[in-house]
Amino acid sequence: MDNSTSNLKKVLVPVLSVLLGFLLGAIIMWVSGYDAIAGYKTMINTAFVNPQTGAINPKSIGEIFVTAGPLIFTGLGFAVANTAGFFNIGLSGQALCGWVASIWTVLAMQGMPKLVVVPVAVIVGALAGAVAAAIPGALRAFFGTSEVIVTIMMNYILLYMSTHIVNNVMSESMIQTKGVTKNIGLEGSLRTEWLGQISNGSRLNLGIFLAIAFLVLVWFLLKKTTLGLEIRSVGLNPFASEYAGMSSKRTIIISMVISGALAGLGGVVQGLGTFNNFFVQGSSLSIGFDGMAVSLLGSGTSVGILISALLFSVLKLGGQGMQFAGIPPELVDVVIAAIIFFIGISFVIKLFIDKVIKDKKAEEIDLKPTPSNENKEGGTI
Amino acid sequence: MDLSTIASLVTQTLIYATPLILTALGGVFSERGGVVNVGLEGIMVMGAFSSIVFNLSFAEQLGIWTPWVGLLVGGLTGMVFSLIHAVATVSFRADHIISGTVVNLMAPSLAIFLVKVIYQKGQTDNIRESFGYFTFEGLSKIPVLGPIFFEGTSLPAYFAIAVAIIAWFVLSKTKFGLRLRAVGENPQAADTLGINVYAMRYAGVLISGFLGGMGGAVFAQQIAGRFAVTTISGQGFIAMAAMIFGKWNPLGAMASAIFFGFAQNISISGSNLPVISSIPAVYLQAAPYVLTILVLVIFLGKASGPKANGKNYIKSK
Repeated sequence: MDNSTSNLKKVLVPVLSVLLGFLLGAIIMWVSGYDAIAGYKTMINTAFVNPQTGAINPKSIGEIFVTAGPLIFTGLGFAVANTAGFFNIGLSGQALCGWVASIWTVLAMQGMPKLVVVPVAVIVGALAGAVAAAIPGALRAFFGTSEVIVTIMMNYILLYMSTHIVNNVMSESMIQTKGVTKNIGLEGSLRTEWLGQISNGSRLNLGIFLAIAFLVLVWFLLKKTTLGLEIRSVGLNPFASEYAGMSSKRTIIISMVISGALAGLGGVVQGLGTFNNFFVQGSSLSIGFDGMAVSLLGSGTSVGILISALLFSVLKLGGQGMQFAGIPPELVDVVIAAIIFFIGISFVIKLFIDKVIKDKKAEEIDLKPTPSNENKEGGTI
Repeated sequence: MDLSTIASLVTQTLIYATPLILTALGGVFSERGGVVNVGLEGIMVMGAFSSIVFNLSFAEQLGIWTPWVGLLVGGLTGMVFSLIHAVATVSFRADHIISGTVVNLMAPSLAIFLVKVIYQKGQTDNIRESFGYFTFEGLSKIPVLGPIFFEGTSLPAYFAIAVAIIAWFVLSKTKFGLRLRAVGENPQAADTLGINVYAMRYAGVLISGFLGGMGGAVFAQQIAGRFAVTTISGQGFIAMAAMIFGKWNPLGAMASAIFFGFAQNISISGSNLPVISSIPAVYLQAAPYVLTILVLVIFLGKASGPKANGKNYIKSK
């Protein structure tokens, strides 16, 4: 396969998946008796436009970045583990750890200056996520236990633990009402007055800038450092890496720890940036599975993750507005799930692209026999 | 603890165990055929949703039979929904975890979307015809055991136990079961012997969809009584845990499901019981998940589950 075709596919597969996802969403709207075009129009308008003035709304743009911040972190978290060959399905639980730990830290350090409190809380949150991910990593490395099952189970363990901590462990002075902590205030928050002002009072916070910094850092880590090389080789072939003198056990644990720390930071941004408190959660955090979706759509690259996180934020925020067109906002979650479905079956989409390209080539050079690419697609996926 | 306390504890345990038993059995069929099914949760959601909609629509016509027909409707809906997973993993070579996650992401959003389309609100009304309690005439007269197991008990629970025994028989004593297991252990060898690997794997996933859908339908019509976004919250994953805890064996899965049902039950109603009321709820809620991790680490290690579980089979030309 020549390079330009494979590069083309790298872009075409996600683009086609997004289009097919939207198409499926349109079909569902149409079958349920809604006007799909009007639905998507309302979605875009809600995401960008101020309904009163009809101009671009800085507050909406701010909120898009607010939503994108945590998604970038959980997306990066999934990508790092996936590069090492693991499925970190526990992003939700690890993010939850980061959220609870960071809020708890800020509330415990009440009265200290912002420049001390916020960095400490961010680091504590990242560490909490890292510890939560180190457990499945270590179990995988030393006992060969499936990290998928352990992280799924841990999502629920951590969910119940977070409820327990808020209801029974935190001191009374940190609690607002049952199940809800006090607000951390501007002193402990990632929000700043200036960011709020330029975005017309949105919840825009430093989280998105932190996220972008980590997009670069993780790219550097994976592509330019020895550790990154080890993580990538273990992901490609753990046995060969072992023969080459790398410790796959060490790499497994380190990659899970990094992945968990990133997911934890996602929770920190959600806590210190978006909500500024913690309230008892009824189910796994959606940023966990959405982050996985972001990473899969962005094929694990930094640029891809940035674009997909922004796209999903537009979808999520715009979706909220679809109820004004009478359409239940859950539709956008169906669209997101469908996009990931099409990414999942990218094998078929690639075959389709191959076929289209081949047909074109055949027309151009008058049916010169071309070797089939199909056999190369074989093997494990 | 007197007899009536024990009897109600047993009955409530059975009630909580029923959806877990059915769904865990579903997991067994899918994974023994080599397809990892983390989508059980989503399948349960669709089963719960469809059975409640059916129950609300047909309670007048069908009377006390409504929940049983609803059970069948839930199973069939689960089966149709599991087609997504089957097509993606068996035919289109998708990663089993990604595809299962898609099922889990899709189901609650689609179900709530449809609830809003049908009822113009985010959750359904309560159903009028639920499974209720059942007394086995005759058997309930047995001293001690009668009141505990056969009086005012849950009929779906006994149905689920019967399904577990049938599932064990099908998997270990029939030609179909042997072929399904062969496909999950070594698809290449099975293919050489003329077994249609793809067809067997489709069958495994669809059976798991049917059983998982029934599991969701039982939960909705016996415990929740209506459908909302939080109706199914983690039961599918507990069922998966029960399947692993039971080492992919139908009877083992059933026994672990009953045990996890017990843990769920006492975490909810344990405050009335001596000793248990002093344990913080968090331990009981987390128990099934912690136990599953422990059992994976201590007893199973690397050699866990069917050999070709989670691996796509690509037929060579």
